[in-house]
Amino acid sequence: MKLMTAMKLSALALAAAVSLSGCASSGGSSADGMMSKLGDNEKTVSLLGWPGYAESSWVAPFESSTGCKVTFKSYGTSDEALNLFKSGNYDAVAASGDLTLRLIAGKYVQPLNTDLMPNYANVYSFLKNRSWNSADGKTYGVPHGYGANLLMYNTSVVKPAPTSWGVVFDKSSPYKGKITAYDSPIYIADAALYLMKHNPSLGITNPYSLDATQLAAAVALLKDQRANIGEYWSDYLKTQQSFQTGNTVVGTTWQVIVNAMTKGTPVKAILPSEGATGWSDSWMISSHAKSPNCAYQWLNYIDSPKANAAAVEYFGEAPVTQDACQYMTDKNFCASYHAGDKAYSDKIWYWTTPIANCLDGRTDVKCTDYQAWTKAWQEIKG
Amino acid sequence: MKRDSAGVAAKGQLASSRVSSARRVSTLLYANTKLRLSLLLAAPVFWLGLVYIAALLALFVTAFYSIDSFTGDIHPDFKLDNIASLFTDPLYFNVTLRTLGVAILVTIVDVLIALPIAFFMAKVASPRLQRILVIAVLMPLWASYLVKAYAWRSVLSNTGLAQWLLQPFGLATPGYGLPAVVITLGYLWLPYVILPIFAGLERVPNTLLEASSDLGAKTWTTLRLVVFPMLVPAVIAGSIFSFSLSLGDYITVNIVGGANQMLGNLVYTNVGTANNLPMAAAVALVPVVIMFGYLGAVRRTGALDNL
Repeated sequence: MKLMTAMKLSALALAAAVSLSGCASSGGSSADGMMSKLGDNEKTVSLLGWPGYAESSWVAPFESSTGCKVTFKSYGTSDEALNLFKSGNYDAVAASGDLTLRLIAGKYVQPLNTDLMPNYANVYSFLKNRSWNSADGKTYGVPHGYGANLLMYNTSVVKPAPTSWGVVFDKSSPYKGKITAYDSPIYIADAALYLMKHNPSLGITNPYSLDATQLAAAVALLKDQRANIGEYWSDYLKTQQSFQTGNTVVGTTWQVIVNAMTKGTPVKAILPSEGATGWSDSWMISSHAKSPNCAYQWLNYIDSPKANAAAVEYFGEAPVTQDACQYMTDKNFCASYHAGDKAYSDKIWYWTTPIANCLDGRTDVKCTDYQAWTKAWQEIKG
Repeated sequence: MKRDSAGVAAKGQLASSRVSSARRVSTLLYANTKLRLSLLLAAPVFWLGLVYIAALLALFVTAFYSIDSFTGDIHPDFKLDNIASLFTDPLYFNVTLRTLGVAILVTIVDVLIALPIAFFMAKVASPRLQRILVIAVLMPLWASYLVKAYAWRSVLSNTGLAQWLLQPFGLATPGYGLPAVVITLGYLWLPYVILPIFAGLERVPNTLLEASSDLGAKTWTTLRLVVFPMLVPAVIAGSIFSFSLSLGDYITVNIVGGANQMLGNLVYTNVGTANNLPMAAAVALVPVVIMFGYLGAVRRTGALDNL
């Protein structure tokens, strides 16, 4: 998920860069840095995003219709994206929720005037102005695509069929050595989500907002799980192969991996009863964009039905508008990714950067930040 | 004719002036030993000093910096926190031990396999076969590291070649984990161990072996008393390669190591995920220190002459 979001982020950065290079053209902006009207398109736009977020099949039509020549740089992790974007060389970036707040807090991105992007009106309302793409009531990002971290299991080995994440957290699991988990500190939120539902005395209300005690409980759960883990994954071809050879029989996955499985592999992916973590990636524009007009054009373009369909189908995630569904080459795509299913989306806790100021509104404690999570993750792996 | 000879004369003049200026430089360099030496050494010293030593020093200095956890900015103030946590945090101690263990095992396995192969190549094989064997040993180096590591991933999988070969004997593939890491690294570094041992064996004169047998020594005695003592520096030279390369590896353990992590992975996550360059620099110092210790210990054996 993180990888996917990172890809998106880099695309956003690219867009931001584009907008930077466009300074020469006119365009109005208000005191808080929000553009009030668009000027002429600049000649170029520089985007930063997750791999696969700006491919030629949808970038080329954008270039020919707007005259904005796109340069795209992809990144591998949200942290890498932060470093790249700080360089100021990008007009826009496609950022996952574990990065967006850091970009907003660091004032690396500017608030967006959604009136300048007609396609934004059609975006599913449950993706707009959420905690990971807005701050102080201002919109900072437009959605690119979203998805959930699902539970995949081998149907011929894992019986009875699981309905809960308990199957990967059970200390005395019969599948010891054949369990997999996503290799990133953000996976701690998966354990926190499980504890939130099964251990209410801990008082977790948001899996990305953990105080020291709650983090310790999640870490303890993950350390128990570590004994049963066959391998962690961050490279999705690796986990796909593991499921195909039977080295792994149960664990976290993405819909795109399920779809990529060799025909006949007995696997199934579900959204467990506790819900799941997930990602919703946003394009954001740099506060120092050189081509702000082209960047706005790109943000508007990526939410247009055709472009959004091409981009999310390439990557394997749900589109952000219902109109995109009619342009999918796979007619079942929107159904298999539960596009626009609000009830499904409500069960997803989208990746959000854990920060010291508790995201769940508590003010009496300090929450653990991403660096604490990273340290904890290294200890869990041992 | 006349014009031609004039041309030849002009050319001759030009050539002689060029020769004379070249000769002046050459005379100058011949007379001035220090100038000659500094010119010769300028490029390599620049490379070694700036690109290598300076980078190592930068690494060392960075290890004492700290980082702002929210913005990710590095604060260049001198603190011992990172170095201290290397000693106080059990995570770093455990991972260092695991990495050392893997590196030592890989080295032992490689030396045990390399000794007979190198002996056969140097002392038994015909010159023609010897050339073929050298090429065969070097050939795996032509393929990408990643391809080889992923090949082992598939060989060691539950449905892979290892399982198919071992099943008839009631055994099973080791699967992914530290044994798989040792096997894969052992395979990857084997050529680097065979070649120095082969070179060392070639330097053992055959006459010594004949003299030993003339004096009544059996094969094993000759090996033990004549060949092995002369081989020690070559074996150590080979072991430096397998040991140091294993210490720093993080890709193989990612591919076939299951859920395990080594020192390289800690560096990688500190750079890539945690965005904590100072801590990564501190962790990266651990293998550097280990290698300094190892090299210091082997310097006396003369093994460094065999590298």
